[in-house]
Amino acid sequence: MPITIHIPPPLRKYTNGADAVETTAGNLNELFGELDQKFPGIKKVLCTEDGTPLRFLNIYVNDEDIRFLGGAQYNFQDGDEVLLIPAIAGGVSQRASQPPGDGNR
Amino acid sequence: MRSGGLFSFGASFDKIINPSRPGCEIAYGGDVSYIAHLKCRQCGRTYKIEPIAACEECWAPLEVVYDYDRIRAEVPRQTVESRPPTMWRYRELLPLANAPWVGRSTGFTPLLPAPRLASALGAREVYLKNDAVNYPTLSFKDRVVAVALSKAREFGFETVGCSSTGNLANSVAAQAAAGGFKTFIFVPADLEPEKLINTRIYGATLVKVRGNYDQVNRLCSEVSQKYAWGMVNVNLRSYYSEGSKTFGYEIAEQLGWRVPQNIVVPMAGGSLITKINKAFGELQKLGWIELAATKFFGAQATGCSPITTAARNGTYEITPQKPNTLVKSLAIGNPADGFYAAKMILESGGTGDDVSDAEVVEGIRLLAETEGLFAETAGGVTVAVARKLIRLGRLNPKESIVLAITGNGLKTVGAVSGELKEAEVIRPRLAEFEELYLNVPAAAGAWPATSLTDPISRARAL
Repeated sequence: MPITIHIPPPLRKYTNGADAVETTAGNLNELFGELDQKFPGIKKVLCTEDGTPLRFLNIYVNDEDIRFLGGAQYNFQDGDEVLLIPAIAGGVSQRASQPPGDGNR
Repeated sequence: MRSGGLFSFGASFDKIINPSRPGCEIAYGGDVSYIAHLKCRQCGRTYKIEPIAACEECWAPLEVVYDYDRIRAEVPRQTVESRPPTMWRYRELLPLANAPWVGRSTGFTPLLPAPRLASALGAREVYLKNDAVNYPTLSFKDRVVAVALSKAREFGFETVGCSSTGNLANSVAAQAAAGGFKTFIFVPADLEPEKLINTRIYGATLVKVRGNYDQVNRLCSEVSQKYAWGMVNVNLRSYYSEGSKTFGYEIAEQLGWRVPQNIVVPMAGGSLITKINKAFGELQKLGWIELAATKFFGAQATGCSPITTAARNGTYEITPQKPNTLVKSLAIGNPADGFYAAKMILESGGTGDDVSDAEVVEGIRLLAETEGLFAETAGGVTVAVARKLIRLGRLNPKESIVLAITGNGLKTVGAVSGELKEAEVIRPRLAEFEELYLNVPAAAGAWPATSLTDPISRARAL
């Protein structure tokens, strides 16, 4: 069973609008590689050249920050949900959806 | 211009009369916005003024940039001095295009000389910047929320919210009520009851999350990615954090347009300390002060000290922690501005340090008993860290020191209630009073009979 990566809105320009992507990556380094293969250019906004996640991008596996799970050493488990969350989220207001019945904007 | 009104800023500004808020005539309009753009703090990419907070290339925070040349040319310091004593007297350095929608009386809290605390710390010149009496919810968060919700109004948001360790929740709830917003507030479920009540009373929808602040914040980030809401410390963060600068402007003005040689600031996400530094730098850039050369000292609780640990180790890189401290208002294990806070502290010549929960309680009591100021746990952290740094020789007691008191003790009474000896109950008879209360040390009820009675002597002995 693959793992699911949830793509934040600012990165969806790389994923043709997809908000979730499935991969069979075994660890973080493979995940970055697979994503870049599917969506060329995305890797540079996820990690440095040596594969270190960018300082202001937080990566969660299920409910836990991947740094508490061993970071790059963590081996993904079947069914893991990976969330890419900017440390300071934002930049999506013009593209965000609205909840039913909410009168915003 | 309405004469004698709360916002009689001066004849040079046009008057705005907002028809939906009768009685709120605010002289703040005209061409008073000096905002240039948003700029990434890391890669320098610029963005126009929108509800965004992170760079889309490197995810670093975005910073509001102002047209300082125009401010210098058009706004003399005397203009600021002539305005009412609120945070809005520095409005050219705040990111609003229009009059503030909420928090119009926020800020300009007292800067108090603290000679008895100074004596206890063995220091010469100590001041307390007291945001424990800030309006409307008794913490420095009232400043940032006033800016964020006013900006939310400018952007057209009708629903606002935040993730919070307590004080922000209180302020968003209160000011959103006053501003007519629909509100969702996300907090860790184990917050102090006082902070939960001080949020719910305003009618906000309180979302209690099983988890620590960092997990709450992650959820809040996901919410803000999906819904077009104004989340004050997420997509409005670039503007929100600018409100913290007023804490610094006020200190400088209250010291006679000079900055202290040292300042000790409690840190959670790390934003406040960097914004005080930005404030001092802006004042120098405008020529309103001569030299901004303050050494910054960051204060955290040992049970959640990712920034001070980095600073003490001489690095900017933050290793996240799982918080375990009674200082819930500072319990952010993965601080969003931690990198910049540690960097700025070290570049200023200061450092960071942390104290145990027991030392935090001592700090709260020392402040209360020497200066009559009841601060929340973050204030205890600040006082205790200042004492520790002086003893370690890292904070020079012969120089001026400002301690940032950011919240009110009435919000965290549980932290100290168990420490205070219950007063004996007597019958209304003089003999009983004399027997029970005059045969014990002067500060009866406050100290065990075996302790030193004078808080200054006691602090020095500890």
